[in-house]
Amino acid sequence: MAKTHVTMKVNGAEVEGLVEPRTLLVHFIRENLQMTGTHIGCETTHCGACTVDIDGMSVKSCTMFAVQAQGSDITTIEGMANADGTLSALQEGFRMMHGLQCGFCTPGMIMRAHRLLKENPSPSEQEIRMGISGNICRCTGYQNIVKAIQYAAAKINGVEFKEAAE
Amino acid sequence: MNDLTPTREQRSAALEGMGCKRKRVEDIRFTQGKGNYVDDVKLPGMLHGDFVRSPHPHARVKKIDDSEALKVPGVLAVITAETLKTVNLAWMPTLAGDVQMVLADGKVLFQNQEVAFVVATDRYAADDGINKVIVEYEPLPPLVDPFKSMDADAPVLREDLVGKTTGAHGPRKHHNHIFEWTVGDKELTDAAFKKAEVTIKEMISYHRTHPSPLETCQCVCSFDKIKGELTIYGTFQAPHVIRTVVSLIAKLPEQKIHVIAPDIGGGFGNKVGAYPGYICAAVASIVTGKPVKWVEDRIENLTATSFARDYHMTTEIAATKDGKVTGLRVHVLADHGAFDACADPSKWPAGFFNIVTGSYDFPTAHLAVDGVYTNKAPGGVAYRCSFRVTEAAYCIERAMDILAQKLNMDPAELRLKNFIKPEQFPYHSALGWEYDSGDYHTAMRKMMETTGYAALRKEQAEKRAAFKRGETREIMGLGVSFFTEIVGAGPSKNCDILGIAMFDSCEIRMHPTGAGIARMGTKSQGQGHETTWAQIIATEIGIPADNIMVEEGNTDTAPYGLGTYGSRSTPVAGAAIAMAARKIKAKAQMIAAYKLEVHEDDLEFDIDGFRVKGLPEKFMSMKDICWAAYNSVPPGMEPGLEAVSYYDPPNMTYPFGAYLCVMDIDVDTGVYKVRRFYALDDCGTRINPMIIEGQVHGGLTEAFAIAMGQEIRYDEVGNVVTGSFMDFFMPTAVETPHWETDFTVTPSPHHPIGAKGVGESPNVGGVPAFSNAVNDAFSFLGATHIQMPHDYWRNWKAAKDLGAVA
Repeated sequence: MAKTHVTMKVNGAEVEGLVEPRTLLVHFIRENLQMTGTHIGCETTHCGACTVDIDGMSVKSCTMFAVQAQGSDITTIEGMANADGTLSALQEGFRMMHGLQCGFCTPGMIMRAHRLLKENPSPSEQEIRMGISGNICRCTGYQNIVKAIQYAAAKINGVEFKEAAE
Repeated sequence: MNDLTPTREQRSAALEGMGCKRKRVEDIRFTQGKGNYVDDVKLPGMLHGDFVRSPHPHARVKKIDDSEALKVPGVLAVITAETLKTVNLAWMPTLAGDVQMVLADGKVLFQNQEVAFVVATDRYAADDGINKVIVEYEPLPPLVDPFKSMDADAPVLREDLVGKTTGAHGPRKHHNHIFEWTVGDKELTDAAFKKAEVTIKEMISYHRTHPSPLETCQCVCSFDKIKGELTIYGTFQAPHVIRTVVSLIAKLPEQKIHVIAPDIGGGFGNKVGAYPGYICAAVASIVTGKPVKWVEDRIENLTATSFARDYHMTTEIAATKDGKVTGLRVHVLADHGAFDACADPSKWPAGFFNIVTGSYDFPTAHLAVDGVYTNKAPGGVAYRCSFRVTEAAYCIERAMDILAQKLNMDPAELRLKNFIKPEQFPYHSALGWEYDSGDYHTAMRKMMETTGYAALRKEQAEKRAAFKRGETREIMGLGVSFFTEIVGAGPSKNCDILGIAMFDSCEIRMHPTGAGIARMGTKSQGQGHETTWAQIIATEIGIPADNIMVEEGNTDTAPYGLGTYGSRSTPVAGAAIAMAARKIKAKAQMIAAYKLEVHEDDLEFDIDGFRVKGLPEKFMSMKDICWAAYNSVPPGMEPGLEAVSYYDPPNMTYPFGAYLCVMDIDVDTGVYKVRRFYALDDCGTRINPMIIEGQVHGGLTEAFAIAMGQEIRYDEVGNVVTGSFMDFFMPTAVETPHWETDFTVTPSPHHPIGAKGVGESPNVGGVPAFSNAVNDAFSFLGATHIQMPHDYWRNWKAAKDLGAVA
């Protein structure tokens, strides 16, 4: 099948590649760019394991063609740590609050939470639950994911977070 | 000593040993997208394989034409049963003693069964190839209803078994019969029922569902023709078992098979068994000489790799008028689908379902299980439970509620009246188990006090009265569940897989600088083994957990183990860790005695080293002992500090718990709201409370899903109608209730650290709590038993059938 040349910015770096028109963005990221932090859980847009941030929106990259991302600015989990290599507030929150177990949903969950906190820097528990409802986790029961996001929100807002992981 | 000398508390805390809410070491890589899952494995020249699957639930395969497929750019091979026959792999053994087609051999027996394996340069080309394989089928009548499977005129499903009157577990009564398994004293039980003042009888179904971890089943197989070695990266909960199975069926020397289970994205029982994808990828690698990856998609996962449950349990209890149980009789019809691919220990065709007497002192019981074939996907696996234990717990906990209703007794009161008493442990159950320990009354009373159970019952009575007066359309249910699990399979006297005893193992090597590595026979799929195993070692030998690296999943380096499922890791491997650590400690004591110039009996272990009794200043830290082990051991002693333990547990462990679900249901819409869910778990000694609570949250969420909607459903002609996350209920953060957790601690008397295992308890105890809540809500309207799953529609239907909705 004929291939198309695409260029986009991923985690701040200009990247390019040759893809078939049908190549899914998630496959371009995982196979061509060899960034395997973005996961595939369902391929039907239900689970959110493939969530990345595109031009300021959370996008499930299993339901977008790579060619549709031409010229866009993408952030994946690999671009989430602080510049000095330390864990960002969200990554730290997930660890401190035990917001992950198998880790498979975690990159998508963190990417979604990242955008959620940009949209709403101090979300309530209900707003967090609704805000991550496009992302499925099979391990945690979400309770500690909610806390992880609250932890990160507090840290970003410079407020002390007190609640311990249950 | 001065102010800078750490206190004993500080020294102990620095270890981050048992009881510490240690943050997980795994999370550093997982939160940065640096996990290494199977689909992340890329080998040079790697090909991709994918399946042509059957659209029919039951059909003869007349012809497979791959000529057009082979013309598709990128397609290199199409493997069929005929190809596999050349290497004698068209069929494979199942863990349950049955055989299973790897690829359709003459006929297909369930929808989405694997028919051909297309191998191509990438996954897109493989998919193109699949679309060009033309398969000619002759449809046959499908058998969907397990209750019709043994009808005289039922279609013959397994033609390979025609004429075989005996299976792996004894006589077969019918061409679609797999086994009959009976336990207990039938005569005594029948007599108890004859004498009974009160009896109940109900057919309680536990519907078919699926573990559905977020990462599907997958592998990469790479055969090196020169060395004759096969390397398999796979989503394996039991990598050593896979190595042995591959060696036995592919006739490859076991030392030339390297099985690597990297990070696994959840298992929940789905990744215990061996699936056609593994065999096909291995054969494809042998055929093409290149590594071959197989990655299941979600539809394939839900419809083809092992389902769970599908138990139909006709349950009877005999009791006295005042509520003392006198007998239990259960008959199970077990739907295994097209092949019996249960992942149970070999001698247990219905797993440990004979734990069905639960937490109650039944003087006698009898159990019979009939396994049957239907035109459905093969299985079934233990979805976050020890083998068939969740089915057993659901059966007895639902039945106890039905008995309470008949006796007009409170379900909690009935349970308290019938619990095995603390002084009865070790307790021998009527169906053959020896319960190691328990204190059920304390747990139950703590649950009732903490939740304000009496007040909730009072509120319920008021709401029922208001409902009857027409003042509200909402009904309230209290779901009580008290479960006893049986986990930690298991003792070699009664547990094996393919003849291998179900021990588990740990090898610890201490390095000169006071660091070390522990290698395990288990394999974490999210349980946090890298964190908790190091905590056990930290407490046992006094080296900080941060200094211990835990490695699992590589069969070349890890000692042989039976893997992680059935909540067996802590009861079995956790014990192996403690035993290996104690061997390290014993040698360390000899080295310390030599260095401190005392007899080893004069030493006592003190947090992180050995101290001379009565001379507190004469102390040698474990860190220093590690160094000494490599340069100045006593004369005659070998240098080094390492140990291995293979632990054969003397008994299972029996975690238990008391759960309460408070639910409100709107009868006009069937919409429910879980107002409150309280879970008290007793898993014995608690290694990492943070991880335990995470496990409980996760298990409860899975229980919630199963009880309230998660079902693999077939229509009447054998189409699976719940093949994606659109139809298969997968709760999000919005639907999932808030969980309240609590605990009591009753250590296991036979386990080296008293731990019992916890990962599966919440699934086992949770499902009956939800279902009992729904049934309790409807009971005052005349319901006795409403089958799961209790989705909105079924709740509305129940209300309508009971005349509560016009």
